[in-house]
Amino acid sequence: MEQHPAVILLEDGTVFHGRGIGKIGTTTGEIAFNTGMTGYQEVFTDPSYLKQILIMTTAHIGNYGVHEEEVESDSIKISGLVTKKFSSMYSRVSGTDSLQNFMENDGVVGIADVDTRALVRHVRNKGAMNAIISSEDLNIDSLKAKLAKVPSMEGLELSSEVSTKTPYIVGDDNAAKKVSLLDLGVKKNIVRCLVERGCQVKVFPSTATLEDLKSFNPDGIMLSNGPGDPAAMPNVRENIKEMVESDLPIFGICLGHQLLALSQGLTTEKMHNGHRGINHPIKNLITGKGEVTSQNHGFVVSKESVEKSENVELTHIHLNDESVAGIRLKGKKVFSVQYHPEASAGPHDSRYLFDQFVKNMN
Amino acid sequence: MPKDNSIKSILIIGSGPIVIGQACEFDYSGSQAARSLREEGIEVTLINSNPATIMTDPVMADNVYLKPLEVESIEEILKKHEIDAVLPTMGGQTALNLAIKCQEQGVWEKYGVRIIGVDIDAIEITENREAFRNLMTEIGIPMAPQSTAKSFLEGKGIAQEFGFPLCIRASYTLGGTGAAIVYEEEEFDKMLTRGLHLSPIHEVMIDKALMGWKEYELELLRDANDNVVIVCSIENFDPMGVHTGDSITVAPAMTLSDRTFQKMRDMAIKMMREIGNFAGGCNVQFAVSPDEKEDIIAIEINPRVSRSSALASKATGYPIAKIAAKLAIGYHLDELKNQITKTTSALFEPTLDYVIVKIPRWNFSKFAGADDKLGLQMKSVGEVMAIGRSFQEALQKACQSLEIGRNGLGADGRELTDQKKILESLEHPSWDRLFHIYDAIKLGIPFKTIQQKTKIDIWFLRQIEDLILLEKQIQKFTVDSIPKELLFEAKQKGYADRQVAHLLRCLESEVYSKREELGISRVYKLVDTCAAEFAAETPYYYSTFEYENESVVSDKPKIVVLGSGPNRIGQGIEFDYSCVHGVLAAQEAGYETVMINCNPETVSTDFDTADKLYFEPVFWEHIYDIIRHEKPVGVIVQLGGQTALKLAEKIERYGIKVMGTSYDALDLAEDRGRFSNLLKEHNIPYPKFGVVESAEQALDLSDDLGFPLLVRPSYVLGGQKMKIVINREDLEHHVVDILNEMPENQILLDHFLGGAIEAEADAISDGENVHIIGIMQHIEPAGIHSGDSYAVLPPYNLGDLVMQQIEEITHKIAIALQTVGLINIQFAIKDDKVYVIEANPRASRTVPFIAKAYQEPYVNYATKVMLGDKKVTDFDFKPVKEGYAIKVPVFSFDKFPNVNKELGPEMKSTGEAIRFIDDLKDPYFQKIYSERNLYLSK
Repeated sequence: MEQHPAVILLEDGTVFHGRGIGKIGTTTGEIAFNTGMTGYQEVFTDPSYLKQILIMTTAHIGNYGVHEEEVESDSIKISGLVTKKFSSMYSRVSGTDSLQNFMENDGVVGIADVDTRALVRHVRNKGAMNAIISSEDLNIDSLKAKLAKVPSMEGLELSSEVSTKTPYIVGDDNAAKKVSLLDLGVKKNIVRCLVERGCQVKVFPSTATLEDLKSFNPDGIMLSNGPGDPAAMPNVRENIKEMVESDLPIFGICLGHQLLALSQGLTTEKMHNGHRGINHPIKNLITGKGEVTSQNHGFVVSKESVEKSENVELTHIHLNDESVAGIRLKGKKVFSVQYHPEASAGPHDSRYLFDQFVKNMN
Repeated sequence: MPKDNSIKSILIIGSGPIVIGQACEFDYSGSQAARSLREEGIEVTLINSNPATIMTDPVMADNVYLKPLEVESIEEILKKHEIDAVLPTMGGQTALNLAIKCQEQGVWEKYGVRIIGVDIDAIEITENREAFRNLMTEIGIPMAPQSTAKSFLEGKGIAQEFGFPLCIRASYTLGGTGAAIVYEEEEFDKMLTRGLHLSPIHEVMIDKALMGWKEYELELLRDANDNVVIVCSIENFDPMGVHTGDSITVAPAMTLSDRTFQKMRDMAIKMMREIGNFAGGCNVQFAVSPDEKEDIIAIEINPRVSRSSALASKATGYPIAKIAAKLAIGYHLDELKNQITKTTSALFEPTLDYVIVKIPRWNFSKFAGADDKLGLQMKSVGEVMAIGRSFQEALQKACQSLEIGRNGLGADGRELTDQKKILESLEHPSWDRLFHIYDAIKLGIPFKTIQQKTKIDIWFLRQIEDLILLEKQIQKFTVDSIPKELLFEAKQKGYADRQVAHLLRCLESEVYSKREELGISRVYKLVDTCAAEFAAETPYYYSTFEYENESVVSDKPKIVVLGSGPNRIGQGIEFDYSCVHGVLAAQEAGYETVMINCNPETVSTDFDTADKLYFEPVFWEHIYDIIRHEKPVGVIVQLGGQTALKLAEKIERYGIKVMGTSYDALDLAEDRGRFSNLLKEHNIPYPKFGVVESAEQALDLSDDLGFPLLVRPSYVLGGQKMKIVINREDLEHHVVDILNEMPENQILLDHFLGGAIEAEADAISDGENVHIIGIMQHIEPAGIHSGDSYAVLPPYNLGDLVMQQIEEITHKIAIALQTVGLINIQFAIKDDKVYVIEANPRASRTVPFIAKAYQEPYVNYATKVMLGDKKVTDFDFKPVKEGYAIKVPVFSFDKFPNVNKELGPEMKSTGEAIRFIDDLKDPYFQKIYSERNLYLSK
């Protein structure tokens, strides 16, 4: 393979050099790191990663290629990839392509052979910021100019870019339960987890109102994950407020959780560094049990606002920083979690939440 | 729930002497557990018959019992101490078996002792293959078709049903003793009979062999609240068919998709929950079909800490034994902190931003006639682990750590080119298959052929191929013309300067200078359990070639302690004991301590031991770079066995201070010519000897010296290739043999004092004062390696005159060598005259033994003397001398059924035990004394 030198430049002027992978070109986004050691394909196709340049901390990426079934949406959603070792050859009998081809086909630019550990330490200390990767333009000044035009993630509404434009139905017509899902950038596995549990799911665009969702005669409402700043989505927030008032069982995940919180008068804040990985420890305060979870979020519900709220109860906390990981509404069958019980990538410890949602619909 | 306060006193059972399949990893886990429990204010009582362990040191436990691991010993302890609970999961299968035995005899119940960390039913079910299989079927966990046989007839029936190849394993045995893969009936009959005999309950398991399936291991921890975390996933480079202990392994898993990994994770958790309700560690092994189905099959589950959990602890930084001990006394994972970050939760799964490669270390040359093919029965005696930022780097570093005379994988001119041999080796692996895969690719043997024969995942094979492509690039240049990028790439991929020098046809030092000139230097990264997500406090480092260096050097005076590398016969756990004590003593003397070692089984590579741990090959280039970075006051080489000692010359040559005895004195003792001149000068008798370089010279010399002769190459370990010959034919044959294997090595011929008694003395010296810490008399006559003989402390029948001579000579030699630190001298005694056989100015195998028997910290004292902190006269020696202590050599001959138990000048034992007796009427002593000539061969 021909070698293309590449460079990554951060907003604060930090530069790392490496080798171009994926498409040869230029890309921008907010820099973030994911600490998972498996599941790169699921991560790259997760719509919550829209507009993010992702550093994968594990030493090797691409070893087992890609598999047509292991996608969380129709295309790669990260805007760029930073890795240490990138394998353009792969070993998996059931694999359908190499990661290199997969990235090229989706037009994703990446950089390999980077001291990712140094970069992560830098980002860890300095916090989230924008970055630019290029394997065609190595002139730092010109990259700086391009980077300056990239808006900050804070205040950015991105959900509508990845949400479905038209509603669609997944699952059996004779399914025991019907779920209306508000697609804020849904991962396929959320739908799969519901269908596996005997639900038929109708997926609605992010702009859908309670009335739209009700047209499906749902037994419950699912609020999906998605990208961007929840505070920049006042309309969705108001729609969700109405959904809560409808007394239908609701289950929110990630962005859906944040918007549910906002709809109840809670606040969200941007984290110094988000939680991104598949080893995050959660404690369920109701059962006292621990869970190892898959996470991907750069915003979080303010703990103070939960503690002050009269109608919201804290159900899960993140054990590393005690941040809000799950809430439920008092007297309602409405709950949500900041992490990803559908996993993919990640452990299956939290699948019981889907069972709980299905039970709530009985 | 926090800690259970009803537990105030805990008994930890150790694993006994080192044998193949159960090595010093259990010293590491036992020490960690003891430390972890004492931290909680719990009184720890320890039993282990192995005196070379750190765990049995008074610094580790409140009460230490160096007793045989038998029910009687346990009862004796329980009578004496109020023990609330026993933790049997830290001492391998030996400890579990003893715990079961005590349970069966009602011992625990009688003394009101709870078993913590495991439940006996769980052990029973995992060891009883049939019950385990039934349970797994019940919960829907697939296993390979399998049946158990209690008779030959039953076994034959099963073979007919499954068809070949088959695996046979004996129930309740260690490290796969009596396990084999068989391809045909005749072999099957033989192995069936053997397995039925070897199993303590005379039962064998027969499985359909899943040859070539990919093999994985997961390390689990569970608390009393049923929270489970997976600490590490390990992928075997060698697929199914080779025992995990004999497989090259890699962490994290390199070729597993998230889907298959999570399925495996779910299965592992389900299995652990199903076998019993206990809080502690657990290891689960799986096989994955190498096809599009990726079927997962469970192989086995071990409800205890294991060799793999020691590896996983070092690989991830998550101290499994330490946490498992806390879980055993009631803590929940979410109540404990991550021991590395100290801020985040222990309830999490470590993530790695580097790769580790473990390669086993074998010693087949010690067992003439042994089958050196790898299979279901573990045969390796030790292992190395290497950490790199890529698989290739870790692989090269692991090869550099092995101490098998290679500079890494390839690029040293030692490739095999015989196609037939290579192909044979690919299909029937022995210790050197990895090297032959490299050779095969280099020779151009089709990739498909290599893959078909080895069944190794193609990703790993391509990584090796990529190295060969890189070498071809490098070879196009010279040291003057090589571009910076290419040299940097070679260094990033783990190539040693020596390998690069070979490829560029220049000197190692020239490559080093070139690197300096181009600014290509090592940086150090932290092992932090979290891929840098959080700041970490624990100073556990490895080297790589990248941009940022995380190892900040303090301004405190520092001492580097060189470790002893992989365990092997002749250099085992006893040197780790010495290294750990050296570190502790240097800390007491006010130094910051820096440990360098690459053996994952050890206590010295526990990040809690030294102030700074560099998990690096004990290989010159790595050591030199660390020294240049840390700028220590000096380096201690006396404690890490021959591995560390042989680096002394270079260390001194590069202007770095060797602490204690100077390199010149070390060389003087090793150089037979110089040493005998010294003996002559001081009027000290020694057997007549000579040095030769060819068989012809040897024959001439033999006329002079007279037979029998002791023949050995110079500068070797554990009496490697040492032999007694009684005639000219044997002499000629052996000399030719040595020169063939070790060309250009000098050969020593000593007149062998037949029928002599052997004794050895260990002493501490500061160059002016000498204190003899102990004199041991061997039970077997001269001719058996000191490591293989029973020895008694103090001597049991040496007269005053002899003792006086030994003492005088020891003083004289220690002073003459200007010894500062430890010295061990071996003697042969004939007709009341004492001859010196050899002197080793370093920590010997017997120092830990004497320290344990006499209950004094001799390595600590010696280290302070080496550092110049103390004089010998500063210590108030008060040895506890009661009765006798017998050093009992322990062998692993049962792993090599075709090898006779024959003892000679070449060491063969893998471990040792200590046995205290009151007097010489003791029946145990009487028995071994009467058998002293039984195994002497030549």
